[in-house]
Amino acid sequence: MALPTYATKLERAWHYAYLAICAAIFFFLIAPIVVVIPLSFNAEPYFTFTDKMLSFDPTGYSMRWYDSLLTFGMVKPEAPRDLGWWADVWQNAKWVQAAKSSMIIGFFATIVATVLGTLAALGLSRPEMPYRRVIMAILISPMIVPIIITATGMFFFYSNPCEPLTWIGLNPQCGRLAGTYLGVILAHATLGIPFVIITVTATLVGFDQSLSRAAASLGANPRTTFFRVIMPLILPGVISGALFAFVTSFDEVVAVLFIAGPDQQTIPRQMWNGIREQISPAILAVATLLVIFSVALLTVVELLRRRSERLRGVTPH
Amino acid sequence: MAKALDPHAAIVTEAVGLLPEGTLQTADGQPLSRALARSSRRARRRAFLLVLPLLAFILLTFVLPIGQMLQRSIKNDGFSANMPQLSAWFDANPRGTEPDEAAWGALAADLQAAAESKTIGVVGTRINYDMAGTRSLFTGAGRKVRDGLEPPYRDAMLDIDQKWGDPRLWSVMREASSPYTGNFYLAAMDRTRDDNGNIVQVAEQQRIYLKLFMRTFWLSLIITCTTFLLGFPIAHLLATLPMRKSNLLMILVLLPFWTSLLVRTTAWMVLLQQQGVVNDILVWLGVIRDDQRLQMIFNQTGTIIAMTHILLPFMILPLYSVMRTINPSYVRAARSLGATSWTAFRRIYFPQTLPGLGAGALLVFILAVGYYITPALVGGSSGQLISNMIAMHMTQTLNWSLAAALATLLLGGVLILYWVYDRLVGIDNLKLG
Repeated sequence: MALPTYATKLERAWHYAYLAICAAIFFFLIAPIVVVIPLSFNAEPYFTFTDKMLSFDPTGYSMRWYDSLLTFGMVKPEAPRDLGWWADVWQNAKWVQAAKSSMIIGFFATIVATVLGTLAALGLSRPEMPYRRVIMAILISPMIVPIIITATGMFFFYSNPCEPLTWIGLNPQCGRLAGTYLGVILAHATLGIPFVIITVTATLVGFDQSLSRAAASLGANPRTTFFRVIMPLILPGVISGALFAFVTSFDEVVAVLFIAGPDQQTIPRQMWNGIREQISPAILAVATLLVIFSVALLTVVELLRRRSERLRGVTPH
Repeated sequence: MAKALDPHAAIVTEAVGLLPEGTLQTADGQPLSRALARSSRRARRRAFLLVLPLLAFILLTFVLPIGQMLQRSIKNDGFSANMPQLSAWFDANPRGTEPDEAAWGALAADLQAAAESKTIGVVGTRINYDMAGTRSLFTGAGRKVRDGLEPPYRDAMLDIDQKWGDPRLWSVMREASSPYTGNFYLAAMDRTRDDNGNIVQVAEQQRIYLKLFMRTFWLSLIITCTTFLLGFPIAHLLATLPMRKSNLLMILVLLPFWTSLLVRTTAWMVLLQQQGVVNDILVWLGVIRDDQRLQMIFNQTGTIIAMTHILLPFMILPLYSVMRTINPSYVRAARSLGATSWTAFRRIYFPQTLPGLGAGALLVFILAVGYYITPALVGGSSGQLISNMIAMHMTQTLNWSLAAALATLLLGGVLILYWVYDRLVGIDNLKLG
């Protein structure tokens, strides 16, 4: 936005002040995230820049916190770093275990959320859909209802999934879902579904329904139409919805705290414990890795969004 | 609502309207209107079938658990299930009846049974919620009645502990004896029942929940205002810049949005500590002395700063998408008619941003009232919100019914706001980046 030539001096001054304010707000948005990156290379166990770091003395920096991510929880961290050492890392290191749990839970939760969410989004964007508004409100609600309430409800449900049947007079016995991978996966799928619905329905807004009618008139059955015509067009939306669902699961800690057992120690849960008990710069090393991870994801989503707009012929105005 | 989508069908329906009898028929000899109704019914069913699996999934894994929580908030079987005889006596005798020998006998028998089945701790804990210090009374009596008591039971029980004669204890036990109760809601609103069953406020120093609800409300309001103040200029800048530049700057908004919540909270803990970066810079600049380092975290300030940062994108994104659609020629027209830039902004531009502002503010407020993680980590004791109290009752005091009652009250508030949001903005307009 350029200043018009007729701007008064006051307007000019205000314009530059406004740009400065915007710069300050952008700084506020980004600085906290950027600042953890250099601090994670601190050689000392402090959370601020030491004099050595500020004078760019190489001895002020180290990889020790990244190293501690590998060695924490190992049986023999002092052993020579051969294949056996790495096997030990893979088997026992706490953060590696956490990463594994997070990946397993995130992967399956994403699949459940994406498949169910995409199907539902297809139905919701049909003009014939009955009770659209109410159903949409129900399906989005896991995103709106505070996570602590959802987790509280899930705690009761997953500890005794058959209890609601007793309300109607039955008395079946069934196992607990709390403390199992299945329980956490279902919970995270529930939390990720609204994101899939929102992104996929947004893609379907620009979807030309006559394409599927054209496919049908050329003799394609609904399944062929879906996989050959609809799916390729909405795929970018589906993938970014899936990434949203994955990030939701990957970042979720409250439901995990409430319903997971000791086996489902995810990265956020490990971080949560680390922050609450004794915060060490190792947390900053994890944070840095997660920031890099989110930059990568953001890039993918941004590319997908552009591709989707191009595919659907939506030109940015 | 049968909508004819097929253009041919629409023409035909109109044609049917022109004919007096509606005698148009399809090729296989059926009345056309019936065939149309059937096909649109089929289309509706097909659309619904696509949604059905997810709807069933959400009902099972989300709505049902919430229902279970609602049930838990009125469920009260800790006492009644383990003290059946005494509960039956309470049922049979109205409030105000002096406990007679039958009641004392029932108490002794129930205590003995509960001690044998090792459920006496549950009973004691339940009574302890309403009358502090009584858990040990029950467990202590449990040890002594195990071999059975000799009548008269009243004297035998009072021999064990004089406290058994306390009328307040009997009143509390009566309250606890029905399997369902609204008392947890009373507790969640700092109310209790006195000995006569009237609803009264609890003692001054025990009134915590209403204060917490108010604090949650105020802090959320403050956070909504700060996100508005910080988000508005940014959204305006992004909306008025050329697409290429604004897309680049948009990344600066989306990156925090995509970064893990815990990472952002940790970052603020690191920055705002007394030995942290912000204080270091202030000391270095000479704004404050080394012994005057500011306490910016583990209090309300910390909660407000960190939550403003975390929720800012939720304000910027809806504002931005509305501002993009505002036609700049209106402001130009106002200027050419003699309005100052401030008047043009206030009278012409700002009113047009209100839909985005409403959407963003509601969303931020809704998310803020239920926030848990950030206040728990950076809030100290003065920056805690109602969610933290729910979590505390769930994980530490294990008073699940009270936690469920608090959660239900919070849920009610959020659902009202959600309904308003749906009315004003429409859930369909929710956008993510």
